[in-house]
Amino acid sequence: MIRVVLPAHLRTLSGTGAEVELEVQGRVTQGSVLDALEASYPMLCGTIRDHVTHRRRPFVRFFACQEDLSHDPPDALLPEEIASGAEPFLIIGAIAGG
Amino acid sequence: MSQVRVLAGTRKGAFILSADGKRQQWEISGPLFAGWEMYHLKGSPVDPDRIYASQSSGWFGQTMQRSSDGGKTWAPVGNKFGYEGTPGTHQWYDGTPHPWEFKRVWHLEPSLTDAGTVYAGVEDAALFRSGDGGETWQELAGLRGHGTGPSWQPGAGGLCLHTILLDPSDPGRMYIAISAAGAFRTDDGGSNWKPINRGLHSQYIPDAAAEIGHCIHHMSMHPSRPNVLFMQKHWDVMRSDDAGDSWREISGNLPTDFGFAMDVHAHEPETIYVVPIKSDSEHFPLEGKLRVYRSRVGGNEWEALTNGLPQQDCYVNVLRDAMAVDSLDECGIYFGTTGGQVYASPDAGDHWTAIVHDLPPVLSVEVQTLP
Repeated sequence: MIRVVLPAHLRTLSGTGAEVELEVQGRVTQGSVLDALEASYPMLCGTIRDHVTHRRRPFVRFFACQEDLSHDPPDALLPEEIASGAEPFLIIGAIAGG
Repeated sequence: MSQVRVLAGTRKGAFILSADGKRQQWEISGPLFAGWEMYHLKGSPVDPDRIYASQSSGWFGQTMQRSSDGGKTWAPVGNKFGYEGTPGTHQWYDGTPHPWEFKRVWHLEPSLTDAGTVYAGVEDAALFRSGDGGETWQELAGLRGHGTGPSWQPGAGGLCLHTILLDPSDPGRMYIAISAAGAFRTDDGGSNWKPINRGLHSQYIPDAAAEIGHCIHHMSMHPSRPNVLFMQKHWDVMRSDDAGDSWREISGNLPTDFGFAMDVHAHEPETIYVVPIKSDSEHFPLEGKLRVYRSRVGGNEWEALTNGLPQQDCYVNVLRDAMAVDSLDECGIYFGTTGGQVYASPDAGDHWTAIVHDLPPVLSVEVQTLP
């Protein structure tokens, strides 16, 4: 199972706890994890990445294993620790604004 | 006994303020959607328990919410607002072409006849319609496509479609307003639109009487007289008696004709309300005195309403969608401020009370009158 940690606003929107677990078929990438997340929680569509272009929203970041993966290609493989469930994939609302 | 339910959208969540028909004791519930910007909430006139809400965030974009039990519980609905076809460009602040980009929903207008139909005015300016309770949204693209769209330019708050007025006597007719493009009317349910800005005069555009470019802040209409429109423009309070085909100024003796909010008395179509605001950039009440102005003769002659409102050291603003009226026998008037107060007058403006003092900045106020 893939573990995904959501920011507070998206927890309340999706009615979940801090962390959700997802089944991802095939290659474990940013794109496939987000596909699985949006399939399980359709209300999150458009809040993390654009509906159509799938481009990451500007103030959303992706962290994993102490690395910022926000600028990695969506189809790049995520670290093995994410694929195995040993580490969570973190979706972060950037520290900005008031 | 009748009840009123005030729906307040704020920068950090929504609040529902409820009272019986006396409007003296208020129950405050919220924050709903804490931390999200709630630009607008509005109930269906067909089914008051059906309420639509625009929920947005600088981080996570636009989401939409719907309640079927008067705001006790909510469910997220569709948030995909895709412009029809190739969106093209409008003008940017510097006059260069800028691609149309969806940012947020400013205003929701539920249908007068079907609880599942609702219109959404969005930034960058366009009008969307949902016929399935907000699950899916389709653009009424004739508005942007009628010809002047590429010349529209944003106001300081963005290129927003903020006003939608539905004509109760003609299902095909509606009015919308965009800052800073102007007012538009359709007579065929949204397929075709025409600008209705003749008589507006705006010194801040090169041709003060141009067809397009006027920064309209809000418009209001009494449902019994849908051909009579009132407008608070960036400067000037205006009136049209021919469905927007021509406008005349009714600012009269107002201390300043700048402002954002306005509304019409529920039972007296010639009684209108504005909140004069100092500008250019100050955007607070003149002399630190929060005053609603009322005209009982459809404009030009205005009286200050101050009883119960702060008359010193008050420097809040009242935003364009933050005034509403109830329809009880003695019409109640409500408005919210950027200082977090929601004021109510149960007697058409003669006396005011802050029914809540310390909310986040209030973006919108709507009122439902319940049996």
